[in-house]
Amino acid sequence: MHTILGIPTQVLFGQLTLGLINGAFYALLSLGLAVIFGLLNIVNFSHGALYMMGAFAGYLLLNLLGVNYWGALVLGPVIVGAFGMVLERLMISRLYRLDPIYGLLLTFGLALIIQGLFRNAYGVSGLPYAAPPQLTGAVNLGFMVLPIYRGWVIVASLTVCLATWFTIERTSLGATLRAATENPVMVSAFGINVPRLVTLTYGFGVGLAALAGVLAAPIYSVNPNMGSDIIIVVFAVVVIGGMGSILGSVVTGFALGLCEGLTKVVYPQASATVIFVIMIAVLMVKPNGLFGRAA
Amino acid sequence: MNRSEAAAAPVAAPVPTAGHAGSPRRDDGALHAMLFAGLVAALLVAPFLAYPVFVMRVMCFALFASAFNLLLGYGGLLSFGHAAYFGLASYVCAFAARSWGVDPVAAILLGTLASAALGAVFGAIAIRRQGIYFAMITLALAQIVYFAALQAPFTGGEDGIQGVPRGRLLGLVDLAPDATLYGLVLVVFVAGLLAIYRIVHSPFGQVLRAIRENESRALSLGYRVDRYRLAVFTMSAALSGLAGATKALVFQLASLTDVHWTMSGEVVLMTLIGGMGTMFGPTVGALVFMALEFYLASIGSWVTVVEGAVFVVCVLAFREGVVGVLARRLGRPL
Repeated sequence: MHTILGIPTQVLFGQLTLGLINGAFYALLSLGLAVIFGLLNIVNFSHGALYMMGAFAGYLLLNLLGVNYWGALVLGPVIVGAFGMVLERLMISRLYRLDPIYGLLLTFGLALIIQGLFRNAYGVSGLPYAAPPQLTGAVNLGFMVLPIYRGWVIVASLTVCLATWFTIERTSLGATLRAATENPVMVSAFGINVPRLVTLTYGFGVGLAALAGVLAAPIYSVNPNMGSDIIIVVFAVVVIGGMGSILGSVVTGFALGLCEGLTKVVYPQASATVIFVIMIAVLMVKPNGLFGRAA
Repeated sequence: MNRSEAAAAPVAAPVPTAGHAGSPRRDDGALHAMLFAGLVAALLVAPFLAYPVFVMRVMCFALFASAFNLLLGYGGLLSFGHAAYFGLASYVCAFAARSWGVDPVAAILLGTLASAALGAVFGAIAIRRQGIYFAMITLALAQIVYFAALQAPFTGGEDGIQGVPRGRLLGLVDLAPDATLYGLVLVVFVAGLLAIYRIVHSPFGQVLRAIRENESRALSLGYRVDRYRLAVFTMSAALSGLAGATKALVFQLASLTDVHWTMSGEVVLMTLIGGMGTMFGPTVGALVFMALEFYLASIGSWVTVVEGAVFVVCVLAFREGVVGVLARRLGRPL
């Protein structure tokens, strides 16, 4: 068996793939957080709960309506995104004139409600969700065996992240969005319906979380608690990357997933905390985050 | 895609600071003295009317919430990781009392010191950012403590540290009966609350308020804003630790619940219910929260949903909190 630094290559590459997968979810979630924060100036604490709802949407679509994985991949984000837009219209929109911490507290409360409801309905043991038949099996890459579904998650996440980056940075819709971020009053003077833009943006960010949830369903079991732990890690990712740059949050997400995977091989006890430790180090050196602008 | 926290701050309305509008009146001190006396009198009668352990629990969490409010209501910093200081002190106190057999007062002090030290370290890191970033950083830092408590050899993992002896106060008074322990908890609670009152109404407290209202002006007046922030963070962590250590003696238990992020969320909720930036709000909030939890115990897992709903209602319609509303009606700081 081949080894690198005394670690079997199969183990090393296996953990690195797992790390990249986690990184794919960190990237999708922190991207959504950054998009929402940019326009709404609130930190969406319910992002984790909405990610969990995405996974449940996939599960329920399959088991109640017989919609397969590919259908869920489209319908899940649409349904959960619509739910998010309702939340934004009914509640979050009332807080824009207040200190942003109220947005944090409100969405924290919403996360507790959503998680509590799903916990009551489905317990905490986790529900199985099978990967679609087209994506089962594995390919031998020579240096490691890669389960096809894992490769798919990484490719899908990267594609969605890059498409989002392209839309926001390179299209006229994205230009409007960026302008509204800088100066909402001026943009509305140009005849743009800013409140609707805000609602749609929130729905889009939530949709990204739900998409991550559907992608995650076959890898982790579908569990009401799956969002609460990941959201804290994603917060640390966001602090490290800074919410100022779309590509920054994508790169940070994947890189930190890799770091986590590597830590699992080298010093497993620290794998749960390594991202927080990196966050401390970054705060000491670059308080505004790696890609953040100076305050 | 970034609206930096500094740029956004002047637009956003600040956290309501009920009771601190206008100049303080001379007889506010007399009013507060009367309220403190009334609180102590009520707490002396309470164990005859309610289950003493319940009242001790309320006092521990009221002190915790008041310590948290020192940072949020007066320092203007929302920490989402205060369970770390509450829980660390709880573990240290429980370990010292059980494994080293130290005096209960010494155990409480050791726990408090540990939290103060942790607060100084984490505070120095967290104050590098403000606003919502501060909340996210404190939450992430607290998660390190949680995982440490989960994995460290002396914390008992999922079981926690159970069967902590209450011991003998200074070797003289047996604290095992609830009645004697109640006296100790009462003294700790009132002393903690008075310390917070003293901090808030000192020149130090005035500078804190100035920094919260207008940071750049405080800076230009020559105040070292970061030092003040670190100091209030450390004090808040130490007092949270005092509450957590005392709680460990009352329940003879330190567990992962004490360091979990849900605990950090609950202390925010207590403060929100009672009124941020008020002296007595967190105490009222803790009482309301504990009563709610007590009466809702029968509905089991629905408690989380109710907690979330209370959060949503408070943020949307009741931001001043119980004491905040009272203070506004009376036109006096409470």
